[in-house]
Amino acid sequence: METFVQVLIDGLLSGMVYALVAAGLCLIWGVMDVINFAHGEYLMVSMYVSYWLGFLANVDPLVSIIASGVFIFIIGVLTYKLIIKYTIGRPGLVALLATFGLAMFLKNVCMNRFSPNFLILSNTWLGDKTFHAGNLIFPIPQLVAGILALVVVGLVYALVSATRFGWAVQATAMDREAAELMGINTERVYVLIFGLGGACVGIAGGIMPSYLAVHPEVGSMFGLIAFVCVAMGGFGSIPGAFLAGLLVGVVEALAGFYTAPVFKYIAVFGLYLAVVSLRPKGIFGW
Amino acid sequence: MVKALKEKSLSGKDAAWLGFIVVLLVLPLIPAFVSNSFRMHVMILILLFASMAQAWNIIGGYCGQVSFGHSVFFGIGAYGAGMAVVTYGGTPWPGILIGMFAAAAVAIVISYPCFKLSGHYFAIATFAIVEIFNRGFLVWDWIGGALGLDYPMIKEGLNNLMWHNSKIGYYYCALVIFIVIFGVVRWLEGHRFGYYMRAVREGQETAESLGVNSTAIKLTAMALSAAMAALCGAFFVQYNLRVDPPMVMSLDTSMKFVLVTILGGSGTLVGPLLGAAVLIPLQEYTRAFWGGLGGGVDLIIFGLLIIIMVVKQPAGIIGIFFYLKKQFTKRKRLVKGVEHNGAP
Repeated sequence: METFVQVLIDGLLSGMVYALVAAGLCLIWGVMDVINFAHGEYLMVSMYVSYWLGFLANVDPLVSIIASGVFIFIIGVLTYKLIIKYTIGRPGLVALLATFGLAMFLKNVCMNRFSPNFLILSNTWLGDKTFHAGNLIFPIPQLVAGILALVVVGLVYALVSATRFGWAVQATAMDREAAELMGINTERVYVLIFGLGGACVGIAGGIMPSYLAVHPEVGSMFGLIAFVCVAMGGFGSIPGAFLAGLLVGVVEALAGFYTAPVFKYIAVFGLYLAVVSLRPKGIFGW
Repeated sequence: MVKALKEKSLSGKDAAWLGFIVVLLVLPLIPAFVSNSFRMHVMILILLFASMAQAWNIIGGYCGQVSFGHSVFFGIGAYGAGMAVVTYGGTPWPGILIGMFAAAAVAIVISYPCFKLSGHYFAIATFAIVEIFNRGFLVWDWIGGALGLDYPMIKEGLNNLMWHNSKIGYYYCALVIFIVIFGVVRWLEGHRFGYYMRAVREGQETAESLGVNSTAIKLTAMALSAAMAALCGAFFVQYNLRVDPPMVMSLDTSMKFVLVTILGGSGTLVGPLLGAAVLIPLQEYTRAFWGGLGGGVDLIIFGLLIIIMVVKQPAGIIGIFFYLKKQFTKRKRLVKGVEHNGAP
């Protein structure tokens, strides 16, 4: 029983980070109906930002989340301005393939510059510390990352649902032309949403080097899991993506612990297929 | 009158047939002029990827169901041939047939639930299927698991579908696959089934209201497409002499099916060939020139090229030809109009 609870906790903690990565993708998908295939690579780049800040300037990942968030915000804005802008209004596949090219570009630039080796940041504040509650163990880095993810997803949700900017975003998502007629600068909404989606994943990637090795392939799996979370949660629904993120984290941890580690992704992707065969538009989709 | 007849004598359809015949006559002669082994390799890959893309084009281009799961069928075909040679020590031929049927069967089983999904949900479901098959094949001991299958050195020839000294045998083999798949798609284009597929693509509800059984059409198209992808996979493993799950059943392989077709022009007969003829030399030559420089440079350039091509020419390379044709006919019409006004 105790092991079960422990595995569950580990699953929930990693699930919260998945939720944060997915929330960024979810914003972009919900507003522009674009799948950003380079989302996992954004995560990888932000991990490198955080790693190099820690390695060269001795900045802790907890601080460099700001830098990596801002950095990926800028990359997101650039991606929109240079690529996505030209694919809006065309079949969804166009944006997907263009961002696939971008993913390939980013991954191989990092491979070329930083070598494919695993880079591990040592001597961080959170380090390998743990927190014991009875017989349960909470690894501090994952715990902090989970709480951070919770806070950021909450803030983003509040921003979209309860501010004037958020209403503009929702209006743009519903009908771009009508929103424009109401005086909303939809171009600016698109730019900011793409940047904001990037910033979410940038913050997630910023804190990760305190417990995860950095390498050029690290983003691919996170990106795929983020797609699955967003689609499982339902079209553009942030609470849906959050719930799906937790679900994926828990299923991954349970399957990895009780069967073999190889089966954990089979379980995760199987879960997605099971969910969409019951609800073809995701849990909160309609 | 004579002028009109002259214009009519070479309509678009005839020109397309003429081009097709010219291509058919030229392609078999290429080995006589290309002695360089690397160029032969590029030619073989162009034919292989054109065939793969054409297989995807059936379901993705004509039927409008964007599947990212074709690497699964490609892998099943590759394993069919590989198992026949490596595990059972026979010729690959029965394995190729079994692989094609297995791929079609798998395609029907996994596509039936997936076709209920729409848009991005369908695309992500096919991603998920690729990952599931990839992981499953990695731990499946009967087919060699993560180690994969390594071909033994056996006698070359058509019987073993293997040539060691030159690539000419592989070239003709790829050419036969290419002609078969392009022939099937050409036949489909004019056949009732081809019209049904395009009807489903353009509007599923409308097609259903006119009595088209869209599920049956999509499943048949998927099975056909999967069997063709498996045939290409079998050729790939015979050419590569090695197979392991990440090599064939990865998202990157799936993306190649889609990229080549989309860049060439999806839903058209020549699109896949154009896409392969542009993309594969780019890939192979960037790899040859920059592949050794610390790694990744070839793929950096390739990634950039994909972005530029997708953003600048979303209708594919064939879009350029359509554009030129439109410009040409417009000018001709303009000239004619002036004549008409001048001599009433």
